[in-house]
Amino acid sequence: MKRFKDIISGIYIGFIGLILYAPILVLIVLSFNASRSRVTWGGFTFDWYIRLFSNQQILEALFTTLILAFASSAVSVLVGVPGALGIHAMNKKKYGIFMTLTNIPMLNADIVTGIALMLWFVHFIPLGFGSVLLAHITFNIPYVILSVMPRIQQMNLSVYEATRDLGAGPVYAFFKVLLPEMMPGIISGFFMAFTMSMDDFVITYFTKGAGVNTLSTMIYGEIRKGIKPEMYALSTIIFVAVSIILLCVNTLSEKHKNHIVEEKNL
Amino acid sequence: MKKNRFSFKKIAAIIMMAALVIPAGGCGKAAAVGEITVINYGEYLDPDMLDLFTKETGIKVNYEEAITPEEMYTKYSSGAIKYDLVCSSDYMMKKMILEGDFQEIPWDAMENKDNIGDKFYEFSSAFDPGNKYCVPYFWGTLGILYDTTKVKGPVDSWDVLFNGEYAGDIIMQNSMKDTFMVALKYLGYSVNTDNPDELKEAQQLLLAQKPDVQAYLVDEARDEVVAGNAAMAVVYSGEAYLGHEYNNDLAYVVPKEGSNVWIDCWAITKECEHPEYAAKFLDFLCREDVGMTNFEYIYYSTPNEKVVENMDEELRNDESIVPSDASVEKCEVCVQVDDDVTALMNELWKELKSE
Repeated sequence: MKRFKDIISGIYIGFIGLILYAPILVLIVLSFNASRSRVTWGGFTFDWYIRLFSNQQILEALFTTLILAFASSAVSVLVGVPGALGIHAMNKKKYGIFMTLTNIPMLNADIVTGIALMLWFVHFIPLGFGSVLLAHITFNIPYVILSVMPRIQQMNLSVYEATRDLGAGPVYAFFKVLLPEMMPGIISGFFMAFTMSMDDFVITYFTKGAGVNTLSTMIYGEIRKGIKPEMYALSTIIFVAVSIILLCVNTLSEKHKNHIVEEKNL
Repeated sequence: MKKNRFSFKKIAAIIMMAALVIPAGGCGKAAAVGEITVINYGEYLDPDMLDLFTKETGIKVNYEEAITPEEMYTKYSSGAIKYDLVCSSDYMMKKMILEGDFQEIPWDAMENKDNIGDKFYEFSSAFDPGNKYCVPYFWGTLGILYDTTKVKGPVDSWDVLFNGEYAGDIIMQNSMKDTFMVALKYLGYSVNTDNPDELKEAQQLLLAQKPDVQAYLVDEARDEVVAGNAAMAVVYSGEAYLGHEYNNDLAYVVPKEGSNVWIDCWAITKECEHPEYAAKFLDFLCREDVGMTNFEYIYYSTPNEKVVENMDEELRNDESIVPSDASVEKCEVCVQVDDDVTALMNELWKELKSE
């Protein structure tokens, strides 16, 4: 009976795994296909990978995407962390109001945010890299606040007050006590913002100026004549890179947990 | 504690780096003679040509892409970005000309304008009388791509789609205009008809054909025939050429009843402040070497006769690359932009698809 259960659960997990990863597998296989067509196999090749690194347009879009993700999440952290501290310090009523205000942009449909930002921007600044960056910062800030807030709530503020009592200045106390406590939240907020920025198509599409392309808007432009196999190659590389990073993070945090357990046992 | 401070330093370094990079990205591109903003279909120009143009003239090109004529029109008319040059299809060109969105091309500044064959200026005069606004860019026909191993004898008529012989093996375009054009041409009517009875007759024909149709697809149509899942599909000539590249058994024909000939053109918008820069860009596109590079990037039919002359023999004789005069003779350019006709066609198309 137990064996039967194991088999059923194995099949179920295998099936879910297949549904989740089969499309990516197809993409990876196509990135090695010598034929440009999606339906004929022309033999194994590394051609698309070689071409990818000599394709200025794709590399430029990749660079724009990364810079955008990096800069927007960094600025969001700079704005979001003090923001979270400030909101936390508010009284209950104001806290409620401000948390709702920060949550709305996350729940709001991208297309509404995108069009609203575009209408707003065209009155003040030329659409270009700057406008996309501002838009990304706008939708990233709530994610930073959302992931920092729980850390602040768990934090024991008495430690900060004790530091001040013992003669530490506010800046010193902030960097020595508050920041280290918030750091895990800040890092996860940063990465969440980074991912959101890399993922975004709709808001970028509406706020970008002529000549600025991220990977997502560039792939969209290719739809009419068929997506180039170089894109399959790039997607494969991104998928592998992300998998490796996740694996490293997981092993590291696993080690870290064991470390903490050991310390406690001592 | 020490470890934590270190990671803060790292984050601070990252932020500072980002702060340095952003302004650098913004101002590194200045110091050009001038700039033009261009909107074109996606993948419809070899990107190296943009660099070459800037190198030769010092004019910077802000290049933007759109998927459909409608998307281009929306982007243009929203006014968020000021475009100097647009490239789009025949009927959209007509619509924009009627709206007065363009300024006349300074033909005198275009040394290479005669590389474009007279035939194509004649095509474009169907929507641009007197050739004031449009420079032809690429063109092609609508026809049937079929698998010679599955279809008996050479195909030469739309009849093959409607006679029931290949039931379940036919793929039609999932696009209102393209599918109606096929039916209208088979019935011997104009693709630009505004007669409701003719449109309804075409719909009846398509309704009767529907059980035989395997699927209504867009760009997957070609792939289905390439993969051998269907015997024939209605496709544009450029797609047919690619299909033939992947599968040698495929052939393309423009049926003898005639078909649609499409033509994509460039035009200068009325907002353009430096038409002389825009004209330089258009002239550049008409140049033989540039035309050849773009042709080899896109593989649609080029109206540039100098390029056609220098093509390989095999390409020049390929009906999907250089449609012969005979096959084009009965073809029409689509210039129907009447709102009532479009609304009726929409209604009939919805009925057809939901049947």
